Amino acid sequence: MMRIGVFVCHCGLNIAGVVDVDKLTDEMKMYPGVSYATDYIYMCSDPGQKMLRKIIKERNLEGVVVAACSPTMHELTFRNTVAQAGLNPYLCEIANIREQCSWVHKDREAATEKAARNTKTIVEKLKLNHPLTPLVLPLTKKALVIGGGIAGIQASLDIADSGYEVLLLERNQSIGGHMAQLSETFPTLDCPQCIETPKMVQASQHPKIKILAYSELEDASGYLGNFKVRIRRKASFVDPDKCTGCGQCIEKCPVKVPSEFHALLGQRKAIYTLFPQAVPNKPVIDRENCLYFTKARCRACVKSCSVGAIAFDQKESFMEENVGAIIIATGYDLMDKARIGEYGYGQYEDVIDGLQIERLLAPTGPTQGEVRRPSDGKVPKEVVFVQCAGSRDPEHHYPYCSKVCCMYTIKQAMLYKHAVPDGQAYVFYMDTRCSGKGYEEFLQRGIEEDSVLYLRGRVSRIFKDGDALKVWGADTLTGRKIEISADMVVLATAMVSSEGAKELAEKLRLATDEYGFFSEAHPKLRPVESLTAGYFLAGASQAPKDIPEAVAQASAAASKVVALFSKDHLYHEPIAPTVDEEICRGCGQCVETCVYEAIELDPRRRIARINEVICEGCGACSVACPSGAVQQRNFTKRQIVEMVEVAAGT
Amino acid sequence: MGQFEPKIVGFLCNWCSYAGADLAGTSRMQYPPNIRPIRVMCSGSVDSAYILRALLAGADGVLVGGCHPGDCHYVSGNYKARRRITILKEIMKALGLEDERVRIRWISASEGKRYADTVSRMTSDMRELGPNPVARLWWT
Repeated sequence: MMRIGVFVCHCGLNIAGVVDVDKLTDEMKMYPGVSYATDYIYMCSDPGQKMLRKIIKERNLEGVVVAACSPTMHELTFRNTVAQAGLNPYLCEIANIREQCSWVHKDREAATEKAARNTKTIVEKLKLNHPLTPLVLPLTKKALVIGGGIAGIQASLDIADSGYEVLLLERNQSIGGHMAQLSETFPTLDCPQCIETPKMVQASQHPKIKILAYSELEDASGYLGNFKVRIRRKASFVDPDKCTGCGQCIEKCPVKVPSEFHALLGQRKAIYTLFPQAVPNKPVIDRENCLYFTKARCRACVKSCSVGAIAFDQKESFMEENVGAIIIATGYDLMDKARIGEYGYGQYEDVIDGLQIERLLAPTGPTQGEVRRPSDGKVPKEVVFVQCAGSRDPEHHYPYCSKVCCMYTIKQAMLYKHAVPDGQAYVFYMDTRCSGKGYEEFLQRGIEEDSVLYLRGRVSRIFKDGDALKVWGADTLTGRKIEISADMVVLATAMVSSEGAKELAEKLRLATDEYGFFSEAHPKLRPVESLTAGYFLAGASQAPKDIPEAVAQASAAASKVVALFSKDHLYHEPIAPTVDEEICRGCGQCVETCVYEAIELDPRRRIARINEVICEGCGACSVACPSGAVQQRNFTKRQIVEMVEVAAGT
Repeated sequence: MGQFEPKIVGFLCNWCSYAGADLAGTSRMQYPPNIRPIRVMCSGSVDSAYILRALLAGADGVLVGGCHPGDCHYVSGNYKARRRITILKEIMKALGLEDERVRIRWISASEGKRYADTVSRMTSDMRELGPNPVARLWWT
């Protein structure tokens, strides 16, 4: 039988002020199975811990119960202490006689009795505890970053600069993300070509980064430190090894379709790169629109390619990689403006969204930076910007604030004024939320220097009136109804989670909020980790964010990955249940109940096998097991029943 | 003889209800000492047999404390507990036991007051209900 010592802590007067610690200690001395009991004023103090270690050795104790504060406070402290005295740390248990006894009861007699019962319950548990050792696991020091926008690029660069390999996965043919579509960025008015393109090049030239463009994650299995991922490399019909990126094929291609990069305002060819500075700068063929694929003719690209890189017979391929950590940087999309009925269901060509005006303002855009409205190419003289189109609208669309629209709206209004100095920009707003560094000053600059007119109120309707768009709104500060005859309207549509994010979350079994943004492990203290170990979050995949925030979060996620990779091994708490192979009959009830899919049936022996690394130790399987073969380590059925007997007894 | 003091066994999940009970302590909320807490990893790991065992051993009430729906640290352990207890209550009724002796409550780590109130309420209810009849029904 285990030689058990009970150590009663006074916690100054926190415990001793209510609980009669002498009586408690005496009672524990008499309790069956306890071979030694003592008390001390502060067990967690240095002299207290020294005493604990000394007595363990002197008395040859094999198990320790510390009756003190909640185990969430000092379980780890005391487990480390007993380990220093040569005892297995899992043979130290804490009886809570402070938070759940002395602090909540005033009656000395009743509190002492309850403290004794709590301690005895824990002694019963300890009697059947087993020594445990944490699992030591290998670790693959390579990261997968999903999404090649600014967040993904930043995270990849930070990890790679720390000396670890990175796979940067991007579903489009080039990295860059939405940032590459922007005209200029607030509040400094840098163009993304000046600040993002160098980073894209840096990533592509980094010896530790492998960019997997035009590829998507097919499947991931495994766990923290040891993931196995399967990546689908989509068929681009261009041999990337032969292609020199000369662009001849693009020039010769006769097909023109709306360009996604230009937010459907400009055109692209059926063989195309996203933009001139694309990384990698290799074109892909859009199978849906290519004449060879649709009508089996043309082959203009084949004829123009001097290196023979066009490969119509190319098939999609799959690759498998082992990685130790995965960063989700899938970014955002804009809500479809066609969902807003009062603003015309997307049927008016001159009612555009935030990304469309970015393309109109960008020197690389379809109009080379001249602001011309989509319907007739006229330079708009009256432009109305509508903020919170879909955001902060719990009745119809999204209750959350998209966070970046206040800033990009003033930026767009300023840039519009720079392009059309005799034009007028109006902004309908609910509140202006400009809380970043230099943001409020930027807003004031726009209002004062560029005479952007801010009107506080919402727009109730937009409708066509001849050549113009009538905008009906209210100015809630003056209480007047406002009607503007506008040439173009820009909607600051809500930021939503990127298309496909939900499916990815399901594939990886990651939690998202109800809008499809990935959930962080703790909103304040673990903002860049996912609830599932080994997955980290960066950028707008977690919530709407601007560029500085996305970059900061990406660097934070990267530092978490680097900290993980700095270890030689991983340690995992030995919490997984055991399976008694003699008793298990392979019914599979435990397999079905496990939400982590940590259990499988050994097909040959028909017994349950628990993957101790994936197991989180909830114990649901032990309840599901009808034969009692599955038992939670140090929470066995026998242990709980012994505890219940003491707890329920008189 | 003083008033009847019921014995209540509390199975508290490590992540929410146990932490909620700790918070009641940190906030110095007072509640009756009749609750006898047992920390478990998850409300979903509470076997019906534990509850029956507690009742057979003389407990007048059993409280199972879990995370709020949707908040379970282990995704869905609290739903498993809820289903199990719903069935258990039917069995209890068939055995001639008052089913309100077994209660499942969602108490989060930030709800110290809810824990204190739950224990106070359950204690007074059990006091009113009187001693667990198991001993009288089966042991004599």
